Amino acid sequence: MLKYFDAIRTLLSVAIALVIAFIIIAFISDDPIGTIGIFITGPLASSAQIGNVVEIAIPLMFTGLSVVLLFRAGLFNLGAEGLFYISGLVAAVIAIYWSMNAMIHPAVAILAGSAVGALLSAIPGIMKAKWNADVLVTSLMFNSILAGIGLYFLNYHLRDAAAFANVSYKFQETARLETIIPGTRIHTGLILVLLCILATHYFMYHTRWGYELRMTGSNRSFAEFSGIKTGRVIVTVHLIAGFLAGMGGSVEMLGMYARFQWTDLPGYGLDGALIALLAKNNPLSVIGAALFLAYIRVGADQMAILSDVPAELISIIQAIIILLISAEQFLKMWKNRQLLKEAEKLG
Amino acid sequence: MDSFWSVIFSTDFAFSVLRVTTPILLAALGALISNKAGIVNIGMEGTMLTGALTGVIVSAYTGSAWVGLLGAVMSGILLSAVLAYFTLKIKTHIILGGIAINMFASGGTVFILYMVSGDKGTSTSLQSKVLPNLHIPLLQDIPVLGPILSGHNVLTYISLLAVAGVYYLLKRTPLGLQLRSVGENPQAAQSVGISVVKIQTIALLLSGFFASLGGAFMSMGYLSLFTRDMTAGRGWIAIAAEALGGGSTVGTFVASLIFGATNAMANALQILKIPSELVATFPYAATVIGLLVYAIAETRRKKKKNS
Amino acid sequence: MQPQLLEMRKITKVYPNGVAANRNVDFALQEGEIHAVAGENGAGKSTLMKILFGMEEPSEGEILLRGERVRFQTPQDAIGKGIGMVHQHFMLVPSFTVAENMVLGMEPKKGLGIHVEEAVRMTQELSDKYQLAVDPTAKVESLSVGMKQKVEILKALIRGAKILILDEPTAVLTPQETEELFKQLLTLKREGHTIVFISHKLKEVKAICDRITIMRSGTTAGVFDMADITEQEISRLMVGRDVVLKYNKEEIFYGPPVLRVSGLTYVNALGKKALNDISLTVRAGEIVGIAGVEGNGQAELVKALTGGLEGKRQGSAAVNGSEIGNADMRAIRELGVSYVPEDRMSQGAAKEESISDNIISTRYRNGEWNRGLFLRGKKIVKLAEKLIEDFKVRCSGPAQPIGMLSGGNMQKVIVARECSTDPILLIAEQPTRGVDVGAAQLVHQKLLEMRSRNCAILLISADLNEIMELSDTLHVMYGGELVAKFDKPSKVTEEELGLYMLGLKNQHSTEERGGATDAEIL
Repeated sequence: MLKYFDAIRTLLSVAIALVIAFIIIAFISDDPIGTIGIFITGPLASSAQIGNVVEIAIPLMFTGLSVVLLFRAGLFNLGAEGLFYISGLVAAVIAIYWSMNAMIHPAVAILAGSAVGALLSAIPGIMKAKWNADVLVTSLMFNSILAGIGLYFLNYHLRDAAAFANVSYKFQETARLETIIPGTRIHTGLILVLLCILATHYFMYHTRWGYELRMTGSNRSFAEFSGIKTGRVIVTVHLIAGFLAGMGGSVEMLGMYARFQWTDLPGYGLDGALIALLAKNNPLSVIGAALFLAYIRVGADQMAILSDVPAELISIIQAIIILLISAEQFLKMWKNRQLLKEAEKLG
Repeated sequence: MDSFWSVIFSTDFAFSVLRVTTPILLAALGALISNKAGIVNIGMEGTMLTGALTGVIVSAYTGSAWVGLLGAVMSGILLSAVLAYFTLKIKTHIILGGIAINMFASGGTVFILYMVSGDKGTSTSLQSKVLPNLHIPLLQDIPVLGPILSGHNVLTYISLLAVAGVYYLLKRTPLGLQLRSVGENPQAAQSVGISVVKIQTIALLLSGFFASLGGAFMSMGYLSLFTRDMTAGRGWIAIAAEALGGGSTVGTFVASLIFGATNAMANALQILKIPSELVATFPYAATVIGLLVYAIAETRRKKKKNS
Repeated sequence: MQPQLLEMRKITKVYPNGVAANRNVDFALQEGEIHAVAGENGAGKSTLMKILFGMEEPSEGEILLRGERVRFQTPQDAIGKGIGMVHQHFMLVPSFTVAENMVLGMEPKKGLGIHVEEAVRMTQELSDKYQLAVDPTAKVESLSVGMKQKVEILKALIRGAKILILDEPTAVLTPQETEELFKQLLTLKREGHTIVFISHKLKEVKAICDRITIMRSGTTAGVFDMADITEQEISRLMVGRDVVLKYNKEEIFYGPPVLRVSGLTYVNALGKKALNDISLTVRAGEIVGIAGVEGNGQAELVKALTGGLEGKRQGSAAVNGSEIGNADMRAIRELGVSYVPEDRMSQGAAKEESISDNIISTRYRNGEWNRGLFLRGKKIVKLAEKLIEDFKVRCSGPAQPIGMLSGGNMQKVIVARECSTDPILLIAEQPTRGVDVGAAQLVHQKLLEMRSRNCAILLISADLNEIMELSDTLHVMYGGELVAKFDKPSKVTEEELGLYMLGLKNQHSTEERGGATDAEIL
């Protein structure tokens, strides 16, 4: 049983959050049963809805994966937010101004966005590795700085005066990611993110660097004692995590938009933290966690359209899940009893 | 260039700096108190937002701005109490707890706004009240200072008084002493019978109190209604201001003014065609540099001690 | 006989992990005495004092204060009954002034605020009364260690302490400061205070205490008037073995020297000579033991050999002729050194990671275990399985997180890791601390196997059983120096060893040095 402790705790947290959501719905909806029904089955109602779930899950998987790496290395960095944003901008610039054939245009744009993400991410990483500067605060500052810079570029250089909203010029068609499933907007980014997840999983559990990352995150002084250069590990993790967050921003931009139009941080970075929590810092579980989150978001949107309960109910569910999953003491008694049993069994 | 300076040196500009600084300063003081007790409350943004909405709703239903303010403050304290329960009692990670508060507030306020007013964007349909502006006799007649310092919202004055209050609280009162001892050496505090959990809970509640005051200012002073996501990152700015202020009350005050001034300057800069978006990032960059300098000094100090 | 001020009767403390730290301990204080509590590490002194100060609750037994039964659930209860404790690690807030530290939690008030002048006055008054000169307005972080200790004592006194517990107060002090402390303690005694003085340093105990309670293996080994007992007798009662382990040691011809330390000297941050002219050699196939009461330089010696020592040192330490110097652990490991650290949890293992991950931590870089960037997963699992079997680790398999194992099994994994890389030198620091007898015996057998395979072993242990049985050559460390060397450790009596460990004898002092055993100050 103990082996499944984390899984049980996660499921129970989710269940409690959903039950609370249902109770809220019961209080405010005129047709609670119908509303809950829409919330639960809405995302499966049509292929467009199912497509929606997957589309929303793609950026969540990218930032979730990025945060998984950081959290796993014991680094409380919330910078995926700003990197996602600025890399989207970099990809947009290339999509607008460069001309290439459709084979390499998106690849170049995505790589450029990812590289920018990696390089910017390395700065707080180096500050942490070398001088032990707090990554949480520096990464939050970077989010605000990058948001300001991005907005500046949008307003002063990319803005299409002919458009009615605050958006950039149109991307060249060659830069857009192709749709892979007809009837939906699911784009090639899905394949890319799944490959990234597999690669990260392999990296984390089957390579020397991944090993060093896990040991450093689990117990930094043990890692040092074993001869691992933890400073280097911290910088490397930041590079990779920044790369993934940057790739996420680029892919989202080229897959879902025709113009750059983020006037504020899109929020995927903090969502990444939630995904990492749900996935228990496990790369493969990111898929399920992101799909789950996307599912309940689409469900909530459907509910908002078809019933009298607003979609923002979702943020209450998310908050409860976060509070419960990361609560050490939640179900601790049960865990301790299981530990004792296990110990007795082994003698 | 002349027009820029004429804007910067106008009394209107100085007035607006104080106005814009108010919510940042209030929340930054909250962040300062919890940081002093050794807990990083990154739920400031969410707490502000919740306070802003609650103030509007309560004032609309009671017809009193003051009761609205009380409601706002109660909501901030309640939210912080939830955070304190989860982080101090059942040991949710404090940072994740803060994220949860923010997530709850960003959607939750819209949810509640819709439930109450039927609108997801603004609270225009609610007849909410506004906290009064004070024209201070005598002071308002002094040239230059009068137009700068008089005529502000009551919460602006409260925020300035709060600086003195927090300074006094941290430096001169038993609670302040215990609070700082818990943040600096919890074992020492425990050894003389101070309950660390109790003091940290008080600190979190106080941070919620100040954050919600800042939120109430947004919806009952700065504007006269609630709009979705109206705090627009001010809770994060407050955390940055606290960090830039180096963890001291006076430093936090000055840093808040700097952030306020860069915000207020945005308009002046537009005249000059200097992009305000970039100027707005300067205080954050300054914070990063400040943290870096501090971290390097710490590393050097430690090395020196060991050799 | 005087009436007892305080009595602890039949105190038993069993921790949740089953370790009995105190068994039926009796302890009594008379009013106005200075009472020593002496015993080796792990003898149960600190547990007993923690119980007295309300930091732990006894499993059994009772405490009587002036004949009345009391129960201390928190330090606050004990403080309320006039008991104060000066911890070895000072409980002070560095950025506060002395006066602020003094009144923390009991601040005098003027209106809403703290009455600062009153706090300063109270501090000054107490400081004058007990001749513990401190500057009430000075910041604590700027004070010397001796000064900080005075503040700690005053802190206890201002809270009305009549009984004062001092936990190894001289460990951090220079000889001058120690002398000053003694004068102050005598002043306190004259003022009617009762003092519990915990120490290993028998000379000090003898110099200042009226009575002594000696503890050994969690029980009381005796209570004496200081006048009735010699240092030698104290040492004999403190140091000893309860169960004598026996191992069959193969006769071995030692190979060439592997570790050579000569003239190693290190001055720590407090300005004390933590290592003073250490010279020793460990040959291939030899177990060299270092016995001693903890805190006499063993930790610094190990750090000097494993890359953990920061700052300057004199002398040299070389493995197979390569100087260690300031090399880090990775470079040292590459010389063929393995290390079983004292602190399992913080240095020895990554708790949440699997047994096999923990086993390869020191060798995954080696070409045998990877193909370039990629780890050889199957081979690693095979290794883990083999070691689990060899070392009889009770677990569900190589994938189980190591943190789920019992202390003994976790230690087996660590020893297995360190022994299985074919080291030429193995440094084992307290390798069986806190593990069950079965695991301890297995670890001992493995160390002997390593010896048979011509590995040089440096064993640092406070456990006499272990160190006397396993060592081929035994050094005793005291005050940062090696004060004795025995070539036939099994022939040495515990009594004699105790005399060296407690600083009563020094092989060199008669020959070369003429006395000074305390670490000198620079």
